[in-house]
Amino acid sequence: MSNFIVSPAPHAHKANSVQQTMMHVLIALAPAYLASLFYFGLGALLVSVTSVAACVLFEYLIQRFLLKGKTTICDLSAVVTGLLLAFNLPSNLPLWMVVIGALVAIGIGKMSFGGLGNNPFNPALVGRVFLLISFPVEMTTWPRPLGRWGLSASYIDAETAATPLALIKGHIGELPQTLDLLIGSIGGSMGEVCAIALLIGGIYLLATRTITWHIPVSILGTVAAFTAILHAINPEVYVSCEIHLLTGGLLLGAIFMATDYATSPMNPRSQLVYGVCIGLLTVIIRTWGAYPEGMSFAILIMNAVTPLLNHYIKPKRFGEKVKVKKQ
Amino acid sequence: MNTIIISLAVLGGIGCLAAIILYVVAQTFKVNEDPRIDRIEAVLPGANCGGCGKPGCRGFAEACVKAGNLEGLRCPVGGDATMSQVGAILGIEVAAGDALVAVVRCNGSCANRPKTSQYNGTRSCIIMHNLYAGETGCRYGCLGCGDCVAACQFGAIHMNPETGLPEVDDDKCTACGACAKACPKNIIELRKKGPKNRRIFVSCVNKDKGGVARKACKAACIGCGKCVKECAFDAIVVENNVAYIDYTKCRLCRKCEAACPTGAIHAPNFPPRKPIDEQPAVTAQTETSQA
Amino acid sequence: MKTFRIGGVHPHDNKLSAGNAIETLPLPKQAIVPLSQHIGAPAQPIVEKGDHVKVGQLIAQAASFMSANIHAPISGTITKIDTATDAWGMPMPAIYIEAEGDGDEWLETIDRTPDINRICKLEPEQIIEKIKDAGIVGLGGACFPTHVKLMPPPGCQAEVLIVNAVECEPYLTCDHRLMLEHAEEIFIGISLLKRALKIERAIIGIENNKRDAIELFKKMADRHFGIEVCPLKLRYPQGGEKQLIDATIGRQVPSGALPISVGAVVDNVATVFAVYEAVQKNKPLIERVMTVTGKSVKRPGNYLVRFGTPLQDVIEAAGGIPDDTGKIVAGGPMMGRAMQNTNMPAHKRTSGLLMIPAAESVRREPQNCMRCGQCVEACPMGLEPYLLIRLAEQKRWDEMEHNKIMDCIECGCCLFSCPSYQPLLDYVRLGKATVGGIIRARNAKK
Repeated sequence: MSNFIVSPAPHAHKANSVQQTMMHVLIALAPAYLASLFYFGLGALLVSVTSVAACVLFEYLIQRFLLKGKTTICDLSAVVTGLLLAFNLPSNLPLWMVVIGALVAIGIGKMSFGGLGNNPFNPALVGRVFLLISFPVEMTTWPRPLGRWGLSASYIDAETAATPLALIKGHIGELPQTLDLLIGSIGGSMGEVCAIALLIGGIYLLATRTITWHIPVSILGTVAAFTAILHAINPEVYVSCEIHLLTGGLLLGAIFMATDYATSPMNPRSQLVYGVCIGLLTVIIRTWGAYPEGMSFAILIMNAVTPLLNHYIKPKRFGEKVKVKKQ
Repeated sequence: MNTIIISLAVLGGIGCLAAIILYVVAQTFKVNEDPRIDRIEAVLPGANCGGCGKPGCRGFAEACVKAGNLEGLRCPVGGDATMSQVGAILGIEVAAGDALVAVVRCNGSCANRPKTSQYNGTRSCIIMHNLYAGETGCRYGCLGCGDCVAACQFGAIHMNPETGLPEVDDDKCTACGACAKACPKNIIELRKKGPKNRRIFVSCVNKDKGGVARKACKAACIGCGKCVKECAFDAIVVENNVAYIDYTKCRLCRKCEAACPTGAIHAPNFPPRKPIDEQPAVTAQTETSQA
Repeated sequence: MKTFRIGGVHPHDNKLSAGNAIETLPLPKQAIVPLSQHIGAPAQPIVEKGDHVKVGQLIAQAASFMSANIHAPISGTITKIDTATDAWGMPMPAIYIEAEGDGDEWLETIDRTPDINRICKLEPEQIIEKIKDAGIVGLGGACFPTHVKLMPPPGCQAEVLIVNAVECEPYLTCDHRLMLEHAEEIFIGISLLKRALKIERAIIGIENNKRDAIELFKKMADRHFGIEVCPLKLRYPQGGEKQLIDATIGRQVPSGALPISVGAVVDNVATVFAVYEAVQKNKPLIERVMTVTGKSVKRPGNYLVRFGTPLQDVIEAAGGIPDDTGKIVAGGPMMGRAMQNTNMPAHKRTSGLLMIPAAESVRREPQNCMRCGQCVEACPMGLEPYLLIRLAEQKRWDEMEHNKIMDCIECGCCLFSCPSYQPLLDYVRLGKATVGGIIRARNAKK
């Protein structure tokens, strides 16, 4: 009689995998990627290909020669990081800067902590913020999209001046139309311009149960509510909430970056807290901070808080309510 | 200019205040410790292995000072040298103990013990042990997942890929006992290291009846009692179908090793036997499996 | 449609043998009857070597309150009382009975007519006594002695009987077939249990992949007072006691408490059938329906098996072990135990045999945990398996206790849904066993 296999239960599996999950994210990113290719053409293609290739290569090299572990590039997480990093870069960024960003993202953001799942900060955002601080000029010079608008649109996040409040006030009349924000014919980083494409990706992620609604909805809801209140108080100074919702990396961040598994909290309760805090921080940085775009910083700050949230906010335990009633 | 002075003054003030508070608090809550604790801790190996049964080396040092004598307190890693130093600090004479070494009492190598199932869970002995008896017919034998290897802080145990059994490096082993605690089957025992690392032990803990044990493993102790008859020093007892050699009585005569029909008795590090040996085949097999 | 509120997964239900009527297996030549077929102390043998026994005769007596009687499944001679080895290589004390003649000579007190006996004039205590004498245990898998459940501790009052007809384990169909073929007996059994518990209300929870059973039971329920049928959404682990109570009556049993604390008593549908047979027919628990199934099994089906029948015989009835089998599981794929061999007798615990093809038997290599939270989402007890596995690996038992490790029901949802194939449940189970030991030691000290 042949030897049977003995293993602890369960003996069935959902047959999902890390690759499959990453594939879902890549598919969800596809519409926004197509949109950016449409608007930015060759530049977007070059930047994205360089970024993805560099991320995969660095992960392979580090895993092979520094950590001496099994090759992990097959799990596609490096591809996702690379693409997300590219999405956060202007499409005319010099390619050597893209490579440096990829090195920082993978090397410092991810592999130095032990690879997938162990990184406290979103690797793509680490790369982006590193580039933003190192090369502020290149990182905030947005190319002209191939469309009707071009650079003549004063794009809210393009303001790099020291007093964005005053500039927003001065430029409110020149802000782009909502429709253009939706379809994406505005200036910006290559992946963040087309709101509709990002939303389609978000719906796909929700439909495939890759992410839950908690983080994106709480971020967008908080930003909408906060900016609506500000706008109601003084429409002269504070722009309306749809401008905030549709501009900059907000959608990209809320749907793809803040929901990064490793760096976001683990249960719905803490995810809501996390999302609300990101929303608040984003608006605060955008409105009163020195940088025009607050999304990356808000996510990174909340990434740092995630372990605390995991520790203090526990999922709803079975029988919890009953216990409270009795006490 | 004013700004600089004010900020200097404020910062300096805060600094001074903090320093005063720290000093006062440190003085108020100062714990007076016996200085001997630090001195003992300094002579201990510092591996914090827990082999003495105390939580780390400092715990051991505290226990020594608190007890005032060294009864039941022994650092297995440092051995006699360390214990005499500890004794000197406390002003006590220390009796020399036996140097011990971890011994793996299972000879169920892949060749001796055929597999009857394939385990496909986490490679951990304790998890496998909680699930079932093990991959072979012997429910007492080594599971081969290496919990002992993971438990050893001194790198003294490694798995032999050929036999699938752990092997102890006598020179590195400090007899801290971590492996013995980690083994869910209680196969690893601390035994006297013996002169020139020579020792004799029964390399089996199978409590099944002879036939059952033999069926599961060619090298099992079948509890036949031949070794008991052979032993001139009453060092061997057979209990629950398995022989055990009391190392305090054993004189290393090696008669039992020759008498064992299954080769379950091991005698490592002895010179090869003279050719007049009665059962050269069995001995040769035992020797090679140890080599 | 109702279901439980926290966690849960949707394994493919693979009910291959749902359409196959229950077949009675021929009696074995030799029956090996283990003394421990239940939770609690093993039963004490009251027969000796050489004794002649008839079918249904008491051969081992419950050793304590938390134990169960064991009866002879075949008639014949006791050849020995010895230790057998179970399918996991562990020793198991057992009574060996050698069949004499056809081995089917029954005790005269047992009513073997096919008539359905609807009249019962017994007092509640008498019913419980009969259940206890018949050695009935929960046939859903845990084998908790049924009479213990029927005697709530002082201060607790049962309000509702919940009949577990969920059968949420994929592949298994034995309860489903039993419901279709013995619906009337089951309803009488429910009435008996209601009387024993002195309660008015009973709810039968059935998952909606058993439409025919739901329809049949709904029709039956119209004719019985105080018995409701509650169709439930397909979701694993709905058959877990706590999940079923939550799904049917919307009450959650607090951490560490028994179902009786929310007024519920849960019994499996097969147990209810056994109760009917014991009380109305005087027939002790000596056989059960088992599902033998698997994707490449020739004749997957449901078999009425006497305890003590070698599992090998049961498998032969279903066409033998398929060549591509890699793993044989006693029970369902989610909570069943993979067996080392089939040299074990059927007993109260064996609800099914599942033969998994080799290709599906091997776990994939674990990858890094990417902290996706699928395990947290899937856990029906609201625990955090990703955290518990780390704590168990680092032997941080205190923290595991604070994180409610003892609430784990070992349903396997975490490992089932983990995309990284982390051995979550392996370590959680280890942690639960260790922490359980620590807690017991602590309580013993007090």
